[in-house]
Amino acid sequence: MSCVHCGEDCGKHPVMWEDKPFCCNGCSTVYQILNENKLQKYYDIQPMSGIKVEQADVGNKYSYIDNKEIQDQLLDFSDGGISKVTLFIPSIHCASCIWLLENLYIMHKGIIASSVNFPKKTVNITFNDNIVTLRQVVELLVSIHYIPEITLDHLEKKESGKSEKSLLLKIGISGFSFMNVMLYNFPEYLPGGDELSSMFTRFFGIMSFILALPVVIYCAKDYYLSAFKGLKHKMINIDVPITLGIITLFIQSSYEVITGDGIGYMDSLIGLIFFLLIGKWYQGKTYSALSFERDYKSYFPVAVTKINDGKEETVPLSELRVPDRILIRNQEIIPADSILITGEANIDYSFVTGESIPVTKKSGDNIFAGGRQMGSSIEIEVVKEVEQSYLTQLWNQENKKDNKVQLNTLINKVSEYFTVIILLIALVSAVYWMFNDPKLALFAFTSVLIIACPCALALTVPFTFGSTMRQFGRKGFYIKNTDVIENLRGINSIIFDKTGTITINSTMKAQFIGKELDDEQLSIVKSLASNSSHPLSATVKDSIKNRNTFIVENYREFPSLGISGVVNGKRVNMGSCKFVTGKDDPNPESTNVYVFIDDKVHGYFKIENSYRPGLKSVINKLKKVYQLFLLSGDNQAEKKNLSPLFGSESNLLFNQSPADKMKFVEERKKKGEKVLMIGDGLNDAGALIESDVGLTIADDIYSFSPACDGIIESSRFKQLPEFIRFTNTSILIVIISFIISFLYNFVGLYFAVQGNLSPIIAAILMPISSVSVVAFATFSINYLAGRLIPDF
Amino acid sequence: MSVIIILVIVGIVVASLFLIGFIWAVKSGQYEDMYSPSVRILFDDYKESANNDDGDMLADNNIPENKYKNDKISNQ
Repeated sequence: MSCVHCGEDCGKHPVMWEDKPFCCNGCSTVYQILNENKLQKYYDIQPMSGIKVEQADVGNKYSYIDNKEIQDQLLDFSDGGISKVTLFIPSIHCASCIWLLENLYIMHKGIIASSVNFPKKTVNITFNDNIVTLRQVVELLVSIHYIPEITLDHLEKKESGKSEKSLLLKIGISGFSFMNVMLYNFPEYLPGGDELSSMFTRFFGIMSFILALPVVIYCAKDYYLSAFKGLKHKMINIDVPITLGIITLFIQSSYEVITGDGIGYMDSLIGLIFFLLIGKWYQGKTYSALSFERDYKSYFPVAVTKINDGKEETVPLSELRVPDRILIRNQEIIPADSILITGEANIDYSFVTGESIPVTKKSGDNIFAGGRQMGSSIEIEVVKEVEQSYLTQLWNQENKKDNKVQLNTLINKVSEYFTVIILLIALVSAVYWMFNDPKLALFAFTSVLIIACPCALALTVPFTFGSTMRQFGRKGFYIKNTDVIENLRGINSIIFDKTGTITINSTMKAQFIGKELDDEQLSIVKSLASNSSHPLSATVKDSIKNRNTFIVENYREFPSLGISGVVNGKRVNMGSCKFVTGKDDPNPESTNVYVFIDDKVHGYFKIENSYRPGLKSVINKLKKVYQLFLLSGDNQAEKKNLSPLFGSESNLLFNQSPADKMKFVEERKKKGEKVLMIGDGLNDAGALIESDVGLTIADDIYSFSPACDGIIESSRFKQLPEFIRFTNTSILIVIISFIISFLYNFVGLYFAVQGNLSPIIAAILMPISSVSVVAFATFSINYLAGRLIPDF
Repeated sequence: MSVIIILVIVGIVVASLFLIGFIWAVKSGQYEDMYSPSVRILFDDYKESANNDDGDMLADNNIPENKYKNDKISNQ
């Protein structure tokens, strides 16, 4: 039976409500809320598409929203009782979601309207703040399991779609001019076109001049800027010959129009800019709901509970100072390095270190920022400001990456030679004609520059890499931008993180060591373990299948030690060696859960990480081509398992701190290696930023991941070698396309150097070369991606 | 032949109207979300379906289910 709400398997004891099965109380509660509001249609539009949330207890979690300052930052607009807010909800995934979120007004009369932006996964809500507070709106969303992600990051930047809009406008305007000017130039190209009366030639010429002005001045301005910037840094990028071509085309055509000589090449000019802009648009389409630029701000809470003379007060994180005292509740994140004052700290650093077992701290201990408190509330004193905390500092090297300019891209190298050669040809032909027919000298010079304008060349890269990026995205590998493809192709060392990257966090294997337990004992162990929510208990419990459970009496949990109880009349203790036997663990390399039943220690469960499926073939394939390293923050427990896989022990490094990892990447880079870092957590953040290409592995691509160049879905990990190899194919396609476009250029130059380049040749050659190169690049990438990266 | 000049001007004016329409569409953000409008148009008005409580099921059955099946939309 599957849950009516989320579609998950309900198990043997479903929660029933109105004869409908649910997998948990959370799901059934949402169903009831929707039922009360007559919104059952949610389940008809797309059946079983609800979102499962295990812990629905909100409590005071969102009380910080009542803070005036935070509210001002969150709201887009607020005036006279009407407020607007945009909330990012990563779990939006289907038509039902859109329907429900846009019918929010039915659930609360204070909500006036709401609209969903699907690709961005945001909902824009207009509400009457006299009737409903922002906090209530957020809590309403949480109650139906659409949990908005409210982070500092989202508070600070609002609306970044401006550049995309202006690109669309530029395409629109140049498209408009292109179509019209093409019409004006068309009669010229027909047989007998030269007999057109001079009045028409003048009229069409002036019209195309007017239409070309906004295109040359507004639509193409980014190319001039980029060319200028490149020249300032003493390098010739692809935009230099483009700018040269555009300017020569425009001056030559304007001269012809003004003197009444002819109609010029305005159609080719505008067409060129139009195609270039389309290429830019195609390349620039990115994944709007994914974030690659995340820093600590998107992970940390927006506000914290400060304790001021015994009183609790919500303050924005930015106002947190040393030595404030703050209260951290269950499931809250420690925002700054601090000292524990009171309470039982049980900190889950799984996201920071990848280690899934919570760490216990005593009062007076240091607590690093980034951990999540599990259990009761604790009081801590801040010792370092948020931005100075250990992890935040590692993470803040973001700027480093932004400043890294793409110097040696293939296209820039090609365009450097290209520009020089074209200028030489232009000069030589000008000098030649100077002596033979001086009238033609200037014309030949400009003709060469015009026909050699590298339109096809400039379109090759956007379309090849843009298609590659799309194909990757379709197959579960999302990259930040197209530069990543070239960088990925150049790498020669690959560094893996261990926990969470090549092992799976959530699933661990438990292996019993000792005399085999009988059926009853297995049942007893399972019964006791079922009572605890600790990850180790869950692992032990899951390892025992198909056993009944008994009722546990006198159950007790000893934090960071173990659990005990009376099961089936027998006394049972389970936990660390010290807890169960009183002695230190003789096998400290691994994590062990000792079992004590009825006066006797029976042995222990050895808990091992389980490796990602396909790891072996991935490593074996990559080993042949690249140098592989493994950096782990853990102890050496897994060394024995991993060294045969990686081949040599010297490439396996253990007990690496986040700073060590970053330093290691730095050292490899100093040796001239191009480094690909593959990680998953905050502890890799520094290394990911430092590396040439940083990839993260994520089970849920919309959930938080550190700043990186690409995110790969964990189910696609086994195809990593294929993805990396495919970047070679992409470059090959680019090179073939270059050759094709050069061939067109040779044909054009053949006419140009002879001084008889007519507008019709330009008008035919330019679009044909562009279209054929684009078609070749796009089709071959799509075809090859299907062949070389199969869908399972 | 001078009628061509009038035609060209008319052509420019008509094309300009489309250009203005396009600029308006871009500025009002219609290109930001290309997916939800396509789904939204298929939803029944809430009030209508709420009025005829029982007939409601019928109305729902008319919705071609396949239209909603593609929940994995490329995230572009």
